[in-house]
Amino acid sequence: MTPVARLHRDPIEPTSLVRAVSGASHGAVLLFLGVVREMNDGREVSGIEYSAYEPMAARELSDIAQAAEARFASSAVAIEHRLGALALEEVSVGIAVAHPHRSVAYDASRWIIEELKRRVPIWKREQYVDGHREWVDPTGRGTSTAEPEVLT
Amino acid sequence: MSVTVLLFASYADALGTTSLSLDLPTDATVADVLADLRLRPGAERLPPAPLVAVNQHYARLTTRLHADDEVAVIPPVAGG
Repeated sequence: MTPVARLHRDPIEPTSLVRAVSGASHGAVLLFLGVVREMNDGREVSGIEYSAYEPMAARELSDIAQAAEARFASSAVAIEHRLGALALEEVSVGIAVAHPHRSVAYDASRWIIEELKRRVPIWKREQYVDGHREWVDPTGRGTSTAEPEVLT
Repeated sequence: MSVTVLLFASYADALGTTSLSLDLPTDATVADVLADLRLRPGAERLPPAPLVAVNQHYARLTTRLHADDEVAVIPPVAGG
């Protein structure tokens, strides 16, 4: 079965993610939620706006989900990433992983979020309490990369 | 030949548009698209070697382009 992997404009429902992966063979079900937090790099955040290169982002999410199920055999995976304007404490990303055993579920969940952050073309613009807003660059390089970087 | 160039997030802000149509020679590569962009106002805010995708797959500077390709210039991704 093709794993659940999608972009979402409506609030993410953690219970539906859990339901999508649960089954009698899975002794462990793990749910990861990424949540909008109030401080980033010492600045007070009032919300985050997420946008994406939507067709590519949806395909990358799907590729990651399928790769995870292949890499962590016997796992079931569901991934949803939110787009649009989110307030504090709203869920930006939800990842559910089920596996017969917990240790693989933990490994798979961690692998999925790191892959997502590395390659899915999604951007976020933080809105600050002081009225400013800025695109977030997790590479910390500002707008400058010295060498071509190709992701495969 | 004509290709579509898509810009997102901070790069769209820098160049003041989200989409361009470029006319390029038939043997053009990703590097030629970036060279064209560099001549435009605001391009100084692009990094020397931004990530690029061709038809929704990450590509290299040397990737050859074809008519009607979709070339996306991708700012540092920030999902999660």
